Amino acid sequence: MRRRILTLAAVAAGALALTACGGGGGSAGEGMDSKGDITIWYSNNEAEIEWGKQMVEAWNADHPDEQIKAQEIPAGKSSEEVIGAAITAGNAPCLVFNTSPAAVPGFQKQGGLVNLSDFEDGDSYITERSGDIAEQYRSEDGGFYQFPWKSNPVMIFYNKALFQQAGLDPENPKLSTYDEFLETARTISQSGVAPFAINPAPTSEFFQSWFDFYPLYAAQTGGTQLVEDGAATFNSEDGATVADFWRTLYDEGLAGREQYQGDAFADAYAAMAIVGPWAISVYEDVDWGAVPVPTENGTDPAETWTFSDAKNVGMFSACENKGTAWDVLKFATSEDQDGKWLESTGQMPLRQNLTETYPDYFSANAAYEQFGDQASRTVEVPNVQNSVEIWQTFRDGYSKSVIFGEEDVSAFLQDAADKIDSLASGS
Amino acid sequence: MTTTVAGPAGRTGKNDPARPGPPAREQGRGRRRRGILGENPIGVLLSAPYIAFIALVFAYPIVFAVWMSFHDYFFAAPGAQVDRPFVGFENYVAVLSDPKVWQSFYNVGVFLVINVPLTVVISILLATALNRVVHAKTFFRVSYYVPYVTASVAVVAVWMFLFAKNGLINQILGPLAPNPSWLVNSALAMPTIAFFVTWKGMGFYILLYLAALQNIPKELYESVSMDGGGRVRQFFSVTVPGVRPATLLVVLLSTITGANLFTEPYLLTGGGGPNGASATPVLLIYQKGIQQGNPDVAAAIGVMLIIMVLALAAIQRKFVGGEES
Repeated sequence: MRRRILTLAAVAAGALALTACGGGGGSAGEGMDSKGDITIWYSNNEAEIEWGKQMVEAWNADHPDEQIKAQEIPAGKSSEEVIGAAITAGNAPCLVFNTSPAAVPGFQKQGGLVNLSDFEDGDSYITERSGDIAEQYRSEDGGFYQFPWKSNPVMIFYNKALFQQAGLDPENPKLSTYDEFLETARTISQSGVAPFAINPAPTSEFFQSWFDFYPLYAAQTGGTQLVEDGAATFNSEDGATVADFWRTLYDEGLAGREQYQGDAFADAYAAMAIVGPWAISVYEDVDWGAVPVPTENGTDPAETWTFSDAKNVGMFSACENKGTAWDVLKFATSEDQDGKWLESTGQMPLRQNLTETYPDYFSANAAYEQFGDQASRTVEVPNVQNSVEIWQTFRDGYSKSVIFGEEDVSAFLQDAADKIDSLASGS
Repeated sequence: MTTTVAGPAGRTGKNDPARPGPPAREQGRGRRRRGILGENPIGVLLSAPYIAFIALVFAYPIVFAVWMSFHDYFFAAPGAQVDRPFVGFENYVAVLSDPKVWQSFYNVGVFLVINVPLTVVISILLATALNRVVHAKTFFRVSYYVPYVTASVAVVAVWMFLFAKNGLINQILGPLAPNPSWLVNSALAMPTIAFFVTWKGMGFYILLYLAALQNIPKELYESVSMDGGGRVRQFFSVTVPGVRPATLLVVLLSTITGANLFTEPYLLTGGGGPNGASATPVLLIYQKGIQQGNPDVAAAIGVMLIIMVLALAAIQRKFVGGEES
C-alpha cells in the first residue's frame, strides 16, 4: 500500500508540474488605450518618497476617475528580484519608478514589460525629452521597454579635510591622470589620515563593477559600453590600462580588499569614493569635493564620460489601464515634475539640456552643476540579453585578477571576453 | 555416506505456518477484500490530507525542478507566449562544464570536512559536560542556544569585526596573523565560515545530545565504574555508543545544513568572494535562478545537490550506524 500511495503522490505531483507549465495568451500589447485607476511603485529612498507623494497628489487632484495608488517597492533582497517575482506572479504594478536598466532585458524576455514605442507618441516623447542618450535604452528589437528617467553620473568624491591633513591641495586635487591619482593615493596612505585612499566594494555582486572598473572604462574609451554590437569591447588596450590601474591600487594597499560595513567615505575609512549625486545627502557631515573619474593621460572634464547609474521607469504588462499609465508617466516626467524631482533628490533627470532647462536650480546649487553637466556624457549598461550573467561573469574574473591578483589581467580580459561574447550572442 | 543438511521441516514452504506473515487462508481473504484503497481504506482517507500536503509542498517542487532541469525554462508573466522546449541534458552539461559549479561543490566539501566532525565532537563533549552541571543548568543551556536562534545577519557583523584585517583575532595573533586576512584569504575563507556555522548551530545539536543522554541507563555508568573505568572510559564505552542514533542525526542534519549553505558566506564574504572561494551551490542557484533568470540551470544544480546529499547520507548511515544501532 505504501508503494501505491507513493506512486499516486508522484503521479499527482507530476501532473501538477506539467499543468503549471502551460501558458495563455499574451497581454503586453492589450489595453493600450484603457483608462482607469492604476498602481505604481517607487523607491524607498526618503527623498524619492517625498517626490513621489507630491506627484501622486498632484495627479489625483486633477483625475478623479484615474486615481493613482502608490506604494514603496515591497521589501526584498533587491528591487529587481521583487519586480521579477511580481511579473511571474502576474501582480506587477502599472509603473515602477526604480527599474534597473540591467534587469530590463530579463523582464522583457519574461513578457513582463510593455513596449512604450507602441504608444502613438511613445518614441517621440522619449527621444525629445532625453535626446541622443535615449538610444542606449532602446532594446534590440528597436522598442523602448523602459523609460529613461534619471541618472546619477558617478564621479570621484574626495574628503577635503583628509586631503588637507595629508598635505594635498583640497581645492585642486591632482586626480586627473592615473599617475596623479596613484601619487595622491600614496600620499594619503603614507600620511595615515585614512586606512585607504579609496574603497569601492570589493565584493562579488554582479553590479559592483559599475562603481570601479566601468566608470573609468567609459572615461578611458570616450563612452564605450562593455558590450557593443553583440561583442565584448573591453579586451583591448584601454580595458587593460583601466584594469592595471585598479590592480595597482589593490596591490599597493591603496584600495581595500575587505568589505566595509557602512559607508567607507562617510565614515572617513576612505578618503575618496566613486558615487553619484544621490549620496550627497548621506555625506552632509563631510566637507567633500567632486571631480570626474581619471583617465590614463587626463581628459578635459567637459569631455569625460562616466557610468550613468540610471534608474528608469518600467510599464508592466499586468497593467490593465495602460492608457492612464502612459499619461501618468508623461506627467511624472514633465518639465515641471522633473524640476521638482531635481529639487527633492538632487538626482539628474535624463533630460537633454538639463542645466539650461533649470538654470535657477543649478545656480543656487553649484555643487550639483558638474553632475548636471556630466549627465550628458554617461554610459549605460548594455541593453543585451543575459545582461546580469554578463556582469557576473565580468565581476568574477575581475575579482580573481584585479582585486586578489591571482591571475594575469590579460588572461582575465581574454577569458571574460570569450564568455561574454557567447552570452551576448544568446548561447 | 550421504550427508543431509538438516533444516526445520517444512520451513521453506509457502504455506508454512511458521513463516512470518498471516496464514495463507487469511492472506487469500485479504487479497479478496483489497480494493483500490488497499486493506485499510479509512486509514488511507485519514492520511490523505498529509499525503496531499507532502505532494504539494515536497514532491511537487522536486518533480517540477527535475522537469525544469530538462527544459529551456524561464519564469514568465502569466499569459505570455513562451516556448520551453525539451533540451535533454543540456542544462546538466552546462552545469558540469562550469568550473564555478565544481568549485562550489569543492567549497562545500571543505566546509563539511571541517564543520561536521567539529559539530559532533564539540556538541557531544559540551552536552556531556552540561549533563553533569548541577548549578545554573538553564543558564548554560540557553547560552549555547542563543546563537542558534539569532539571525545570521544579526551576528555576522561581530564575526566580521573579529576576523577583519585589523580585527581582534589578528591583533591577538600579531605577526602570526594571515595575510590576506581571514575572510579575503582564498584558503581561509571557507574554514572561517565553517567555524562560524559550527558556533552558531552548536546549541541545537547540544540539545539533541542532551535528550539522547537522558536515555542512557545510569547502571551502565555504574557498571563501568565498578570495573575500574574512569570518566574517559565511561565516555567512550557508554556515552558514545549510547548516543549513536543522535550522532547519526547530528551528522545528517549538519550535512544538510552545510549543503544548503548560503546566508553565511553571502554575508561574510560578500557574494562568494574572495575569488569564489566561499561560493556554494545554493549561492549559484540563487545567482542563476533568481538574479540571472536561468531557473533551468539552477534546477540542474539543485538536482545535483540533492543527489550529493542523498549519497552522503547513505555513506554516513553506513559508517555512523543506522536504525539497528
